[in-house]
Amino acid sequence: MAEQTNKFIGRSVPRLEDRPLLTGQGRFAADINFPGQWTMRVVRAPVAHGRIEAIDPSAALALPGVHAVWTYADVSHIPPISFRLTGLKSLEPYRQHALAKGFVRYVGEPVAVVFADDQYVAEDAADLIELDIELLAPIMSATDEPGVYEGNLTTEPDVIRKGYADVEAAFAEAHAVVELDLAIGRHSGVPLETRGAIARYDEARDVLEMHGAAKVPHWNRDSLATMLGRAPGSVQLYEGHVGGGFGIRGEIYPEDVLVCAAALAFKKPIKWIEDRREHLIAANHSRQQQHHIKAAIDNDGRILAIDDEYFHDNGAYMRTHAATVPDLAAAMLPGPYRVPAYRATGHIRLTNKTPCGTYRAPGRYESTFVRERLLDAIAAHVGVDRVEIRRRNLIAKSAMPYALGLDTLGTHIVYDSGDYALLLDKALKAAGWDDLQNQLQARRAQGEKVGAGLALFVEKSGLGPFDEVHIEAKPDGTVEVVTGNASVGQGIETVMAQICAETLGVDYAHVRVIHGQTDRIERGMGAFASRVTVMCGEATRMAATKLRDTALREAARLMQTDVAALDIVDGVIQGPGPSMPLAELARTLPGGLKAADTFESTHMVYPYGAHIAVVRVDGETGGVAIERYAIAYDVGRAVNPKLVEGQIAGGLAQGIGGALFEEFLYDEGGEPLSVTFADYLMPTAHEVPPVSVLITEDAPSPLNTLGLKGAGEGGTNPVGAAIASAIDDALQRPGAVTQLPVSPQRLKAKMAGRR
Amino acid sequence: MSEKTNITLHINGRDYAINVEPRRTLADAIREDCGQTGTHIGCEHGVCGACTVLVEGEPVRSCLMFAEQAAGKQIRTVEGLADGDNLHPMQQAFMDHHGLQCGFCTPGFLMLAVGVLERDPDISDDDLLDVLSSNLCRCTGYQNIIKAVRAAAQEMRK
Repeated sequence: MAEQTNKFIGRSVPRLEDRPLLTGQGRFAADINFPGQWTMRVVRAPVAHGRIEAIDPSAALALPGVHAVWTYADVSHIPPISFRLTGLKSLEPYRQHALAKGFVRYVGEPVAVVFADDQYVAEDAADLIELDIELLAPIMSATDEPGVYEGNLTTEPDVIRKGYADVEAAFAEAHAVVELDLAIGRHSGVPLETRGAIARYDEARDVLEMHGAAKVPHWNRDSLATMLGRAPGSVQLYEGHVGGGFGIRGEIYPEDVLVCAAALAFKKPIKWIEDRREHLIAANHSRQQQHHIKAAIDNDGRILAIDDEYFHDNGAYMRTHAATVPDLAAAMLPGPYRVPAYRATGHIRLTNKTPCGTYRAPGRYESTFVRERLLDAIAAHVGVDRVEIRRRNLIAKSAMPYALGLDTLGTHIVYDSGDYALLLDKALKAAGWDDLQNQLQARRAQGEKVGAGLALFVEKSGLGPFDEVHIEAKPDGTVEVVTGNASVGQGIETVMAQICAETLGVDYAHVRVIHGQTDRIERGMGAFASRVTVMCGEATRMAATKLRDTALREAARLMQTDVAALDIVDGVIQGPGPSMPLAELARTLPGGLKAADTFESTHMVYPYGAHIAVVRVDGETGGVAIERYAIAYDVGRAVNPKLVEGQIAGGLAQGIGGALFEEFLYDEGGEPLSVTFADYLMPTAHEVPPVSVLITEDAPSPLNTLGLKGAGEGGTNPVGAAIASAIDDALQRPGAVTQLPVSPQRLKAKMAGRR
Repeated sequence: MSEKTNITLHINGRDYAINVEPRRTLADAIREDCGQTGTHIGCEHGVCGACTVLVEGEPVRSCLMFAEQAAGKQIRTVEGLADGDNLHPMQQAFMDHHGLQCGFCTPGFLMLAVGVLERDPDISDDDLLDVLSSNLCRCTGYQNIIKAVRAAAQEMRK
């Protein structure tokens, strides 16, 4: 895959991150303590919708060890949490305050907070706070007619409209129309580490510190500074180890605002660590959408137009992601296929459930399910094979770069490179698709309910607008890379070290990558949208190139030789004469040996792939077992293939969760039913099958020097689609699956309905 | 709420004299009172296994045990696995097989796997899968964890 000369890029070198994590020396949020700290415990709304009449904290305040209780009145000077992405003006009245203002709108909404000496006392106190809430009727469905949110505000603040060309005309001329009603269940990232935030006000320096930051520390620093009326330079965020992100961790939540405000008010370190029940009802949910999609086709099953109307259930407030998820769902729905005319109409709806945000492959897990279900339905309608219908509709390699004619995240969608047909061929070959069909047919003839499914997809990655990197070759022989990016466990330190080492000519193990510390670099974008390897990787390569040029130029001057005669090998500048370690050169130069550079990009880059699932359905229980799973994914260039495979395998497990097991359910009164790991079912080692991963590098991105595309979300994107297709095949019933997750109850009911 | 009592926890061969309420969980005591924060708390209802430690050689969910119940017993946590700078074969195998990403669940998996393999070095692959399915990981998709534990099992049998 990589050139023979490469020492680091393209090689599966061991991770630099692992050692402290393996020896129990990691520093996660809960591991951070400051002398004299108080614990914060959140009192959460016990009902889905109601008007707050009174809150009585007196019994709590009487408890020894309790210092204070806050309600909305104590934080009324703080504005609601602002939008980070896709912040439509129409959504602003629906933003969430740090504590409930007048009304509660979901079970789990922060209503009050207790500050106490320790966690046990704080929890005792929280139980003693009396809430007088007048119940109001909850709105629990995003597909009913919009209701009243508050005053003149309705529960449909806006409608996403995207499209191009004349959809009506295409439908009028169509040979046939295929339409489907499809639903995706509410589930989310649910990292193993719950959220946490520790704020500390350093009066000596007049700096507010927040520890436990993740994902987007610089954005959050600026946003918190604005909310609290402080200069950005007087607020600093510090990322420690982060126990999984997946989109949901690291956004600003009410609790982050509360610990910061309290640290300022009480001049005490304030620590908040979420418990699991809180996490499952208070951290961002995601995914819940209902789609009515129809395609106009010609008599060969070629798509002439797609028209999709969908309802996005965003829960009770618009959080930092605002319209991001429904926007991406519409923008990425066409995927790898030619769609001559397109219209998407997405109703953003609020309900009395936990608010939503992004979760790994946001919008795409949903719309890939919808699109690939549609392709299967078209195949069934026309009477051709599921593979053949996809071949007929794929965008040709010759059409690249391919301007889709849609915008998202402030960018025009232009597929930068890709050979979708080639990848499909490789995936089918790797999975032994034709033999597989024969085997499955033979087993079905013996009475087994087994089947294979296929789904294709285009991912997006490498969102700009910039990434900045500072590199210094230190006198001690290490090389320090400082970035405003963040780690969520994906291996950023190793990957950036590999790129820096390769470019500069040092050992990757001598490269220290500093991330997530707002006091180390003035600006940074953070870790989301599969952007880190692409954006930070290219910025690292650029800065390392500059540093190398500087080092060689200075060394040539000192050695009185020609720059062209010098090289850097294993951290040593070598040439015709005596050699000189980089560290020695750094000691020699008065200003040290440093370089900085910024990579700017106005377009995303688009990896693409195929998933193939083989499932066995238990005819008695409706349970689905995944027997085999194969993934082919083109990432342009894999810096560390083992880490790319790790991303894909982990993403798959999460996709399986959403396809078969995980769902946040509510009763009709708005009471959440999935509040422990005993009722929110994440896949275990039993449910996740061995996966064969084929990483291809057939379409390097033309938009960055190394040809990189992001690898973080391709493992998740089409899992629901592929498994649905496989279940249909197992039942020999095209279109059987219309709703995710395919729980045993639902599948059993579906099977019974046929009889 | 109730009276605190003095107990001693033996963790990784060291004694910690602590003063705790009867309701204090072993996980909290190990982390907060003994300062050994390598043991992680993921759910506090005994499902995820991130807090797994060995008590008298048996894997235990330390969130489901009170500190008092572990008083006087031999407790092993992730901090005690390596021998100085030399990683335990299980730790090394997790590194070699990319068996961790964020690393939060890792101490629980390490202790679970070490505890089971010390008790039953020749455990079958199927039984091992059963055991490993008792802990949750959200990053890796498990396959690399399974590979790592199988590799370490071979190493530990040597």
